[in-house]
Amino acid sequence: MPPDGNSARGILKIYLGYAAGVGKTFQMLVDAQAAAQRGADVCVAYFEPHARPDTIAQVQGLDILPHRKIDYRGKIFEEMNTEAVLRRKPQIALVDELAHTNIPGSERSKRWEDVQLLLNAGIEVWTTMNVQHIESLNDQIWQITGIQVRETVPDWVIRQAAEIVAVDVTPDALLNRLKRGAIYKPEMVQKALTGFFKGSNLGALRELALRQAAHEVDLRQSAYDASSAYQLPRVSEARQVGVADNQPKEHILIHITEEPSTAMLIRRGRRVADYLQGNCTAIFVHRTPQLTGLPVDEREAVEKHLRFARSLQIETRVISAPDIPRAVVEYARQNNVTQIFVAQSQTSLRERLKRRNFAENIVRLAQDLQVTVVADRSRRPAT
Amino acid sequence: MRVSDLPRPSPERLLRQVQAEESKRWGAKLKIFLGYAPGVGKTYRMLDEARRRHQRGEDVVVGALQGEQSEEVQALTQNLELIPPIQMTAGEVVDVTAILGRAPQVCVIDPLAMKNPEGSRNSYRWQDVQELLRNGISVLTSVNLLHVEEYKDKVQAITGKDTTETIPKSFLLAADDIVIVDVPPDLCLWRQGEKLTATGISNRQERKLSELRELALLLTAEVVDAQLESYVHAHGIEPVFGTHERFLICMTPHSNAPAMIESGKRNKERFQGELYAAYVCEPGQSRKDGAKIRRYFEAAEQAGAATEVLESDDPISAIVDFARQKRITQIFIGNSDHNSWRDRIFGDPVLRLIRAADGIDVRVFPH
Repeated sequence: MPPDGNSARGILKIYLGYAAGVGKTFQMLVDAQAAAQRGADVCVAYFEPHARPDTIAQVQGLDILPHRKIDYRGKIFEEMNTEAVLRRKPQIALVDELAHTNIPGSERSKRWEDVQLLLNAGIEVWTTMNVQHIESLNDQIWQITGIQVRETVPDWVIRQAAEIVAVDVTPDALLNRLKRGAIYKPEMVQKALTGFFKGSNLGALRELALRQAAHEVDLRQSAYDASSAYQLPRVSEARQVGVADNQPKEHILIHITEEPSTAMLIRRGRRVADYLQGNCTAIFVHRTPQLTGLPVDEREAVEKHLRFARSLQIETRVISAPDIPRAVVEYARQNNVTQIFVAQSQTSLRERLKRRNFAENIVRLAQDLQVTVVADRSRRPAT
Repeated sequence: MRVSDLPRPSPERLLRQVQAEESKRWGAKLKIFLGYAPGVGKTYRMLDEARRRHQRGEDVVVGALQGEQSEEVQALTQNLELIPPIQMTAGEVVDVTAILGRAPQVCVIDPLAMKNPEGSRNSYRWQDVQELLRNGISVLTSVNLLHVEEYKDKVQAITGKDTTETIPKSFLLAADDIVIVDVPPDLCLWRQGEKLTATGISNRQERKLSELRELALLLTAEVVDAQLESYVHAHGIEPVFGTHERFLICMTPHSNAPAMIESGKRNKERFQGELYAAYVCEPGQSRKDGAKIRRYFEAAEQAGAATEVLESDDPISAIVDFARQKRITQIFIGNSDHNSWRDRIFGDPVLRLIRAADGIDVRVFPH
């Protein structure tokens, strides 16, 4: 979690859904109306102007702050007016669509960055997002839907939330809403039906969202258990949690290369480390004495991967060594790594002749360590 | 992989399909609203749906409602026709005959888990519901986690609440639709009349409810997964990977199977995933190896793994094929301390598996 330690930081609450139209915003507004009735000072900091009539009805009576209008290439775009929210300083601010990317020219490029400002100012923030916007699920989403989601929220932002609320609806009901034109404009409906909303996509996304919500609930239980003397009564098949089991803490080492599959490897490593409640480090080894000695495109790709790892709060190491697989394995041995994560390399004959298959070499060398060869799922087309 | 390569569907799945097809012939659907505790708002969600369907012109009646209704709930039902339950000395029972005679499109039966009084047409209310479905009447109903037979003990251990009114989990798995009504524990308790606390888990009571909440979310995910599987089979499309972690341990007599089983168990728990263990039976296996494998199988089963013996003279393909059938996301394999003649000819089996397991992670364990 990012450094704060400030007890006055605002609480974050996320309404999680699996597609547009499941009713996240509606549920958030229903809860906000109830909170306002109890006397809470609620204000609507950002509200999608193209909302459905049912949703618009729910916003009545709440204090809606005007959006900021930004002129970009001759068109007017609406964004949250973060400064106005900070000045208004409500007890609870409702911010729709956490994963939104702000229009170029905004102070911050992502809405979740604006939300950080509100939280830092001690404002409680309620927000909405869909499961496909979770960074660490990006590859799975691609695999299921064939759609590369660009707007993502780092997992650590989601971890900040004190509460995640699952907003569930059956795919049938969702499709009915879509066909009635309650989600998108008519011209968009057909596109949606053959794209994101098609066939088994919705079921798979829904399962993913439910499991993610269960996982988030589980993490918050572990946090409570760690800070409380209370032990939950359990049935005989006791579930061992966290520090209670005598296994050493997992430490995952991710091997970074310039290959595009590294992004997927980083997400997978982060996700597994989170689930196992372990640590995660990423390593890049170059044979040249200096990183600057690498060809420009290779160096840029590596630097991009290192930045990406750091954005997911993974510690990074860059070392120089003549034998890359050996250096990775030695680093692992010296730093109590329990698992090395490597990407399945393209096993073309040419590469094998060049002996550049890191994955296989690391497996061969690290006979005393666990090595996970992560499949390149991007090569498996979705159906 | 083609669907024709997939294994024959299990009897349960066939049953589910038959049930689904039978009710679909009549267009009747069962929709269940699941909650983890009283106060999450199941009844409200269910009746709100009934109201909206009625508004859209569907013929909706109410066959049973639970206890006293709040003003909010009463407002939802005021335009709906009620077919009152039959009052018997030992309690009330849904008037199935009257509902069948009235033959609406949709009937609200709430709650689902009820034992009917002695001498009723059916012993349980869920059987009444089945009868309505068989006769082409869709049913909207709701159930609490406590009343799902397989969860009763867990919920009781946590909350101390017990019940004799239960429905089998298979009934949920066979439903056309299930919806979880999720609400944070603090709000759930507030609706039950407790003082409102800060967002998040802040006391023991909320901690307990949170546990039930997690179970209910996972149960719903399980039902959704089963539906997804039926859909995939019915439409002849490739299985969807990646919704759920599924681990497969490859057991061989010369690998460190106990370490893999231990880790598999841990991963299964942490990811709330599924665990499989498979052994490829090759010709010419020694008796000593056989005994070892049997011990490993016992350990794997104790760790909650589904075990499978595969017969093939090509172990790598057998494992990969099995993994694809089961939608495995990660294969565990051990480095071996033993090189067979095959390995000397074909190369290290671990490396061969890594190359063959396209799209599936392979985790190699030290010996």
